[in-house]
Parts: sequence; structure tokens; C-alpha cells
Amino acid sequence: MSPEMLVDLLWKSLLQTLQMVAASGLLGSLIGLPIGIFLATSGKGELFPAPALNRAVGLIVNAARSTPFIILVVAIIPFTRLLTGTSIGTTAAIVPLTIATIPFFARLVEAAIREIDKGLIEAARAMGATPMQIVFKVLLAEARPAILLAFTMTIVSLIGYSAMVGAVGGGGLGDLGIRYGYQRFMPDVMLAVVVVLIVLVQLVQSAGDALARSFDKRNRKG
Amino acid sequence: MVSASSVEIRKVNKHYGTFHALKDIDLVIPPGKVTCLIGPSGSGKSTLLRCVNFLEEYDSGEVLIDGTMIGYEAPGKKMPGRKLREMRRSIGMVFQQFNLWPHMTARENVAEGLIRVRGLSKSEAHRRAADALAKVGLADKMANHPSRLSGGQQQRVAIARAIAMEPRLMLFDEPTSALDPELVGEVLNVMKTLASEGMTMVVVTHEMGFAAHVADQVVFMEKGELVGVDSPDRILHHPEDARIQSFLRTYHERNSF
Ligand SMILES: Nc1ncnc2c1ncn2[C@@H]1O[C@H](COP(=O)(O)OP(=O)(O)O)[C@@H](O)[C@H]1O
Ligand SMILES: [Mg+2]
Repeated sequence: MSPEMLVDLLWKSLLQTLQMVAASGLLGSLIGLPIGIFLATSGKGELFPAPALNRAVGLIVNAARSTPFIILVVAIIPFTRLLTGTSIGTTAAIVPLTIATIPFFARLVEAAIREIDKGLIEAARAMGATPMQIVFKVLLAEARPAILLAFTMTIVSLIGYSAMVGAVGGGGLGDLGIRYGYQRFMPDVMLAVVVVLIVLVQLVQSAGDALARSFDKRNRKG
Repeated sequence: MVSASSVEIRKVNKHYGTFHALKDIDLVIPPGKVTCLIGPSGSGKSTLLRCVNFLEEYDSGEVLIDGTMIGYEAPGKKMPGRKLREMRRSIGMVFQQFNLWPHMTARENVAEGLIRVRGLSKSEAHRRAADALAKVGLADKMANHPSRLSGGQQQRVAIARAIAMEPRLMLFDEPTSALDPELVGEVLNVMKTLASEGMTMVVVTHEMGFAAHVADQVVFMEKGELVGVDSPDRILHHPEDARIQSFLRTYHERNSF
């Protein structure tokens, strides 16, 4: 394969990967965020006590998280087809990726919120703040750096997962690596794919860290 | 100063599971006076204090703020959240661990409640926050985040945050216990000023000097029971109950060298 062709293939696959990761990352996080907030605030004696529902949602989240991703992809093919009209390709891959993101991000958000000192919630309650004010002005405000890090972690994992959907024809860098690097045994393609993935993960991680730091005023001067 | 609240606690009981944390507590907290709660650790002081603003839900009995029961509309029937929040708005609370919001400056910490809870405009809230911080001697620290303040300064911000809301009653849960000894005085001085202005104050404390000089009445608790309520002199200098005598003996032994 000529270097031009390789670059061209890499570029196309990278765009597909970015498309899958961005769409499922945003969609999954958007849905996962309220679920995470619910999980962190609906236990017994918490802001919105609903212990039975909390346990039920927790169970579903755990079930979804412990299902191996490749099995999830196959298991929800009918659902994917219903939504996208196809079960193969980049758009179709967004469905299982989003569904895998939701419980993953929800648990990270829950953990980020549970990290917050209970005293900060009490100070707001004692003052007469409403539960919604506490969610937005205390919990989300304080957990913002941690939630940003959670989002970064989600995107990084998604890059890995999106490479896996290559195995079922999802397109993207993983697909490229398997089709050329593995099936046609072209180690230079495999290597190029791995390098691009590493660089991508590094970039995302650094950007996420920097953003989280800029939001974290707890240790700032002044 | 807005009028000061009175608190009446009648036959209050509180259990944690099977553990009986408050046993038939009866106590009257008169308006404009300072009541200090003392007693060994684990005796139920914080629990009782937190029942006053219903951060802790009591199981039976009544806690009346200016004659209105807090937390319940009738025995066993919870008060709607909106009504409870309204009652809490006139009760300030200061915690052992300050509980300032770390992502906000001192001024924002004080202004936040005024904006969100009292509905003031941002500019008015910030003006009042500046006044409240000046009152506790922190006019020059308004732009600092809590991580850039000493413990004593943080606790004074917390007091400013509470008094800016113009409460009629202030609850303090060991406000100086987390402080280095040299920082205790600055916080107690702010509290003394507040007391001299006629604020009703309920203070859980191990500072016997403060209780002796500032309190109008001292309450001694042990094992969830209210053992004695009397003037500071009679509780601290002439206690009749053996449990109080023994507590004070331990206190003096620990504080002498
Ligand atoms: N949330 C809780 N769950 C179970 N037990 C508690 C809880 N809060 C307090 N207690 C128990 O109630 C008793 C009184 O506690 P507390 O009011 O904090 O005492 P004090 O403030 O006098 O040190 C202690 O034995 C404590 O262990
Ligand atoms: Mg206590």
C-alpha cells in the first residue's frame, strides 16, 4: 500500500471514529448525567429519597455495565435496526456505544457527587435552599471538575470501544486495523492505527485534565 | 435588629435504630439569650441542636420556634418542604467544620443564600455580603477562596454567611473545636458581639470560659438525657449533680498543667 493511500485510509477511519465517539459520548453523557444525579441523591434520607427506585436503577446500571460490550452490540441489533434502519456501519455503531456510555458515565457522576462533603449540602439545607438549588448550586457546582474528568475518561474508553465495533463492521480505526492489519497481515497499517489511537487518547486526556483544572477553584490562589 | 426567636422543646425523643439518642428532652430557650449546651462527647448535644432546625428529625415530642412546631404539622405528619424551608430561613447555623462552599470566594459564599434563598439582586446581595464580612472583621478577605483563609477566618465567614440572612435564631455546633487554640478567640469575640446585640443563640461548646462569661443559661447533657439547666454559675461553679461534677473535674484536669 502506498503511503498516500495509507494516510487517506487513516484519515477517513479517524473521522469515522471521531464521529462515533463524539455522538455517543455526548448523547450517552447527556442521558447518563441525570441518572447519575438520581443515583447519588435518591438513597434513604437523601435529597430525593426513593430507595426502591434507586435500587432498581442501580441494578439495571450494574447489569448494563457487566455485560461485555461485544455481547451488548449483538444483543441490541434489533433495537439498533429499529433506530437507524441498519445494523452495520458507523451510524449503527453509535447506538450500542451510546447505550454502553449511559451506565458508565452515570456511575462516574454518582461517585463524583458522593465525594462531596455532606456538610456542604447541610449548610445549604439549613439555609432553606430547595433540593433543586442544592443539585445545581452545590452538587453540580462542586463536582464540576470531577464530572469533567469523568467525561474525559468516558471519551477515552469510548475510543477503545469504538475500535471494538470495527470487528462487527462499525467502521473507524478499529475496523481499519482489523481489515488490513490483521486479516491481510499488514503490520505497518496496524502500527499506524495504534499510533493514531494513542495520540488521540493523549490529546483527549490532556484537554480534559486542563479543562478540569481550570474549573477547580478549590486550591486556587486568592 | 429583627426580633429574636424563642425555642421550646417538649418531650423530644430521637432514636437511631434501637439507640435512644434523645430521651424526653424538655428545654425552654428564651429570646435574645445565649444558651450553651455542654456535656461529654456522644451525649446528644449535636442531635438536639440539629432537631431545632430539623436537620435531624425527632421521633416524638415538639420543637416550637416562636410557638410554631418545626418539621411536623401535627404529631407524625411531616410539614411540607416549602413550609420547612421558610422556617429554616430565619434560623442560622454554624458548623464545626465551617462547611463553606470551596468553589466560591468568601463574598460569594455569603451572597449565595441571599440571592438564591432570599431572592435579592446580585448587586444588593454582594453589598450586604460585604457588610456582613466587615462586621466579622474580614473586609480585606472578601475575594479569597476558603482554601486561602485560616480556620478562624473561615469560621468567621461562615458566621457572616449566617447573619447576612438576618436570622432570628443562631445555632452553633462546636464552632471552635476544629480551630488551632490561637484562633479560637477571634471566633468567640464575633459570637460575643452577636450575643450583645440580642440574638437568640444556642451554642454547643467545650469552651467553658465562653459558657461562664457569655451564656445566660447552661444545659448539661449526658447519655441522651438533659441532666441540668441553670445559670452558668450554678452549673459550672456550684454543680449539685454528681455527673456534672465529674465532667467538670475531667475538664479541669485536662486543661491544667
Ligand atoms: N446518624 C447517626 N446514626 C447513628 N447514630 C448516631 C448518628 N448521629 C449520632 N449518633 C449517635 O448519637 C449519639 C449522640 O451523638 P451526638 O448528638 O453527635 O453527640 P454529641 O454532639 O454530644 O457529641 C452518639 O452516641 C452518636 O454515636
Ligand atoms: Mg457534637
